[in-house]
Amino acid sequence: MFRKSKIIITLLIATFLFAFGASTVFDAQAAPKQKNIILTTTTSTQDSGLLDVLIPIFEKKTGYFVKTIAVGSGQAMAMGQKGEADVMLVHSPEAEKKFVEEGYGVNRRLIMHNDFIIVGPADDPAKIKRLKSSAEALKKIAHAGALFVSRGDNSGTHAKEKILWKQAEIAPTGQKWYQETGLGMGQTLNVAAEKKGYTLADRGTYLALKKNIPLEILVEGDAILLNIYHVMEVNRKMWPKVNAAGARAFADFMVSRQAQEIIGKFGVDKFGSPLFFPDAGKKVEDLGK
Amino acid sequence: MDLILQGIIKAFHLIVSFDPEVISITWLSLKISGTATLISLFVGVSVGVAVALNDFFGKRLVISIINTGMGLPPVVVGLFVTIMIWRSGPFGFLEILYTPYAMIIAQAVIATPIVMGISLAAIQNLPPNLRLQILSLGASRLQMVWVLVKESRLPLLAAVMAGFGGVISEIGASIMVGGNIKGYTRVLTTATVMETGKGNFDLAIALAIILLLLAFTINFLLTQIQQRQQSR
Amino acid sequence: MKQSPLLSAENLVVKRGKVTVLNVDELKIFTGRTLALIGPNGAGKSTLLLTLAGLLPMESGKIYFQSRQVSNFSDFVMLRRHAAVVFQEPLLLNMSVEKNVAVGLKFRNLSRAQIKNSVDEALAYFGIEQLAKRAAKTLSGGESKRVSLARAFAIKPKIILLDEAFNSLDAPTREAIIDDLQNILQKTKITAVLALHDREETLRLAHDVAVMSEGKIIQQGTTAQVFHQPINEYIANFVGTEVILEGVVKKSEAGLMDVAVSGHIIEAVGDFKTGQKVCCCLRPENITVSKTVPEKISARNVFKGKVLKAARQAYFYKLTLDCGFVISAYITIPSFDELNICEGDTLAVSFKATAVHMIKR
Repeated sequence: MFRKSKIIITLLIATFLFAFGASTVFDAQAAPKQKNIILTTTTSTQDSGLLDVLIPIFEKKTGYFVKTIAVGSGQAMAMGQKGEADVMLVHSPEAEKKFVEEGYGVNRRLIMHNDFIIVGPADDPAKIKRLKSSAEALKKIAHAGALFVSRGDNSGTHAKEKILWKQAEIAPTGQKWYQETGLGMGQTLNVAAEKKGYTLADRGTYLALKKNIPLEILVEGDAILLNIYHVMEVNRKMWPKVNAAGARAFADFMVSRQAQEIIGKFGVDKFGSPLFFPDAGKKVEDLGK
Repeated sequence: MDLILQGIIKAFHLIVSFDPEVISITWLSLKISGTATLISLFVGVSVGVAVALNDFFGKRLVISIINTGMGLPPVVVGLFVTIMIWRSGPFGFLEILYTPYAMIIAQAVIATPIVMGISLAAIQNLPPNLRLQILSLGASRLQMVWVLVKESRLPLLAAVMAGFGGVISEIGASIMVGGNIKGYTRVLTTATVMETGKGNFDLAIALAIILLLLAFTINFLLTQIQQRQQSR
Repeated sequence: MKQSPLLSAENLVVKRGKVTVLNVDELKIFTGRTLALIGPNGAGKSTLLLTLAGLLPMESGKIYFQSRQVSNFSDFVMLRRHAAVVFQEPLLLNMSVEKNVAVGLKFRNLSRAQIKNSVDEALAYFGIEQLAKRAAKTLSGGESKRVSLARAFAIKPKIILLDEAFNSLDAPTREAIIDDLQNILQKTKITAVLALHDREETLRLAHDVAVMSEGKIIQQGTTAQVFHQPINEYIANFVGTEVILEGVVKKSEAGLMDVAVSGHIIEAVGDFKTGQKVCCCLRPENITVSKTVPEKISARNVFKGKVLKAARQAYFYKLTLDCGFVISAYITIPSFDELNICEGDTLAVSFKATAVHMIKR
């Protein structure tokens, strides 16, 4: 009895150690000295699935190991500000510019864009369908007192939403029809669908979830609805410990022809249209035309 | 309702067809939580037994600390571990943030006080003269400890079950220190939350069912052993 | 007395925290003999047992085992290996009976065959071979106690120490186990120290007795010595001198004393001083009763007494008589019937001066 239980325990331990040891093989891809890159990005970018395609290619090519941490734009940059990230892929241009001005980020480069859309219930109580101006649409929603669901999490989407409200000259916070979830895009869409409310979403997430969410695209195409993605490397001068070489390698990859091609084709087979539009090398003012 | 049904159907489909993503997430969960539980078993039982059997100054305080540790909120552990191992932290040079090792550490920290507390109580619950009786039969200190541990094997097994159950279903600390990186630190709990957030309910439900099955199976096996010992 | 003691202690002091719980000047335990430790609760019997077994640390003092002093850590480990303790609770482990009995043997790196032999032997000693495969948790109180004893004997200790081992058992079970224990001790000649509460058990099992009170040993000697000459009231009570009469020595001459007790004079042997306050101790079995006052009888103490109560015990009658002082007498059942004694009768009560044991008050 004594011996039997000892044997069983030893076997269990051995199995675990072996299995675990074996799995660390993928860590040992060698090549670059500091091979871990911490990439912070937004949940919507992660959720679109684009990175699941791009990153393995990058890793195979360069031998780096990319740790993708998906949080809101706000937190993504906050981590960069603390030196806890090496490179950031975000879509919150005002905040990004400030970030670079304050010296935390360097080499801010345009990667791609997609756009935001205002979605809502099919019966459209605020009657905003097909309006050209998003500001106009928001005014109507406010006046109708129709439910608007916001992410409320300082993400890129939320930042854009706040700009729109400002443009519409409406202060929604605290109003009864304005609800903030503090959740990611997918969840916020679910909440909006459940409660039959309006919300601002990025096209990519919306398309990915469309089959499960009975919301319709009501307003699109307004120039201000463009969602622009940049890549930024964390400034090595601020944080000597960052993997500057790795960050640069990743950023270079994102603007490379190979990556840009993949971006352009991503989503076509699944949704009929691409989720993102590659923009490396272009000027921001020229987008969306 | 429709959604849920669809979800459950898709779930079984994924499980039965051994969907590779689901399998790898499950396997990773087992490895990480299993290793953490093993660590907590060794540290928890040895320290718990040592504290129970020895008298020393401040013993009551130590026991209070252990008991408090049993109720430690996992997210607090996650935050603490994160602060220790991020780049500006004292152990930043180890570069283990966002790795499975960090998750094992965090989960071990969560599980160990539980195992420790229960082991301590189990030993203290033994008849007080048992220790002397075993010594008087000629046992060395080590032999005596082994006999007492074996005698408490039922509650100790329960401790392991409690520890494992706690960490395999833990999410707060796991996501903080692990980062939910695909194929690397994405485990059942973190994946379920992510897929739910994305709206992929079928996948989320599949993962949830697996988590339930896993927790149930492990506990069932251990319960079998426990009950068998009971009736011997 | 005989050879040098197997185990002895000198100036043994044991403390619990700041309190001294044991302060034994001298104790000698001889090979092949059984020593009974008796005393009230809290007297320190268990403490003494555990200290002698090497299980409790002592504050100061010396312990000698087999004529060698037990001084350092490894000596104590060796002492522990040769001394087996059996507690009041059986303390069996959650396994089968034979595995329990084998526990001590397993610690000693013996071969499987050796272990099996010793286990079988020990089980046979206590008549529990048929319980070998049973789970220890399913046993009755008596069976558990036998297993506990078998476990201790299996390791063939040089000295075995039992702490109130028979307390929690009912009378018939206790009888049976004490029988077996007596046989085994006689057969194996293992030295034993028993902490006991009961006078019958002491009489049956012990060669020597040590009486304890408040951490000290107040009387030591063979059983006969202590029983017939208890040096204080407690011991007298314990050993069964039921009749204890208070009095004062009125006269003391030529080894014979007159003691005034409740207005009567009792004659006793001894040479205390006149005026000494004393207790006269008498054993009921030494008191004789008769229907008529005996003449020309050697017993110096003869009184008239009225029968207050006649209580029938298992093998005799216990009479309670009032002779001016209350006294108890044991007489056999046939005698009781033949003499046709009834409550209320007046009988002549006699006992010898030599049967009166005197204790100073």
